Amino acid sequence: MKRKTRRLWLVITCVAALGTAAGLTLSAFSSNIQLFMTPSQLNAKPPPADRTVRLGGMVVAGSVKRDRKGDTPINRFDVTDGQSAVTVSFEGILPDLFREGQSVVAVGSMAPGGGFMASEVLAKHDETYMPKEVAEALQKSGKWDPKFGPPPNAASWNAMTQKQASASVQGK
Amino acid sequence: MSATPTLTERAGALFHRYANPGRFLRLGVKLQPWLTWPALILSVTGLVWGLFFSPADWQQGDSVRIMYVHVPCAWLASSGYFALAVCSVLSLVWRHPLADLAAVEIGPVGACVTATCLATGSLWGKPMWGTWWVWDARLTSVLVLFFLYLGHIALIRGFDDPQRGYRAAAILALAGAVDLPIIKFSVQWWNTLHQPDSITLRGAPTMSHAMLWPLLVCTLGFTLGFAAIVVARLRAGVMESRIRSLLSSPRRNGEADTSGAVGEYAA
Repeated sequence: MKRKTRRLWLVITCVAALGTAAGLTLSAFSSNIQLFMTPSQLNAKPPPADRTVRLGGMVVAGSVKRDRKGDTPINRFDVTDGQSAVTVSFEGILPDLFREGQSVVAVGSMAPGGGFMASEVLAKHDETYMPKEVAEALQKSGKWDPKFGPPPNAASWNAMTQKQASASVQGK
Repeated sequence: MSATPTLTERAGALFHRYANPGRFLRLGVKLQPWLTWPALILSVTGLVWGLFFSPADWQQGDSVRIMYVHVPCAWLASSGYFALAVCSVLSLVWRHPLADLAAVEIGPVGACVTATCLATGSLWGKPMWGTWWVWDARLTSVLVLFFLYLGHIALIRGFDDPQRGYRAAAILALAGAVDLPIIKFSVQWWNTLHQPDSITLRGAPTMSHAMLWPLLVCTLGFTLGFAAIVVARLRAGVMESRIRSLLSSPRRNGEADTSGAVGEYAA
């Protein structure tokens, strides 16, 4: 029976050692595991123009300018992390979820004249899920403007039913 | 051997209660309907509720309904692997025969739910994010989990002597368990395209209750379904191994007799 205790300790030791090794490796490569750079990081240390990087942040309200060159739409918008902002230009169709106040990840490189030239723009949605009626009620009540970021504390709205939400919208 | 049983011994005695295949089979027969029927009823209820009667999301629209399959599969992919890791400890430390058979049966079921999780995630990502796949920490760590399942399936069946296969696969499963916390915390430790968890232990779920309830019903139904499939496969596996040992046991004098008989007959 002593063998079993020894095997148990052997398994615990091996798993702990492996876990530590994995943890150290991951923390060493942490910056490589990040999917995107923030505008602050990009502005502080601009990568060379020939290097493809991913830039992530929130689309600044009122910064989106849509244009057309023939059939291709040309978009310009600012991306911010709250401290710093970068202007992104992108030729092509933006994903459905793209809007002011939404988080996006832009793939591209720094343009020689400043700003960020994106070859691809991905929309990143947050962890909130709510019906249309509740979103409208929150906006009507003035508690939330989607253009300026995520909704208020979930406890204040997640129990609201669609009926209650529609009623509160019509009541106002 | 000491007179008073140690903790490992007592734990071993508890685990070995159900190492007896006959006892497990009797329990399994009783347990099976209590897993299968609630699983079917809850899964169908949850899916119909989620797919037809729950509200659409304010910005994702009806695409959000993929969640009612994706989230339960993602949960089961990790929990299934956790179960595999527990079986591996039981196998390596206590040499529990039922844990070996359970590990054989959990592998393919876990691989299937992980594949479903990846496929539904990809289908969801294309219309919402604008891409089928991105190499962010969450997606990549789940893909690694899928390959761990495939490796386990291949390894546990890859030896002529099943005991060697059980041992090697148990070591792989335990080493791979390092991936589980990485999957769980990937969306907090690093920035990813995948959003953070909506349902957490601390804090209110950032999901309307009208969507949360069908999701929880689906998750419970899928989980019971996973358990039902594993128990059914395990019962079949226990019966199979019984038949095998019966056929290859030294008591199989019948063979000698038969061959003898055949020989005599031929002569």
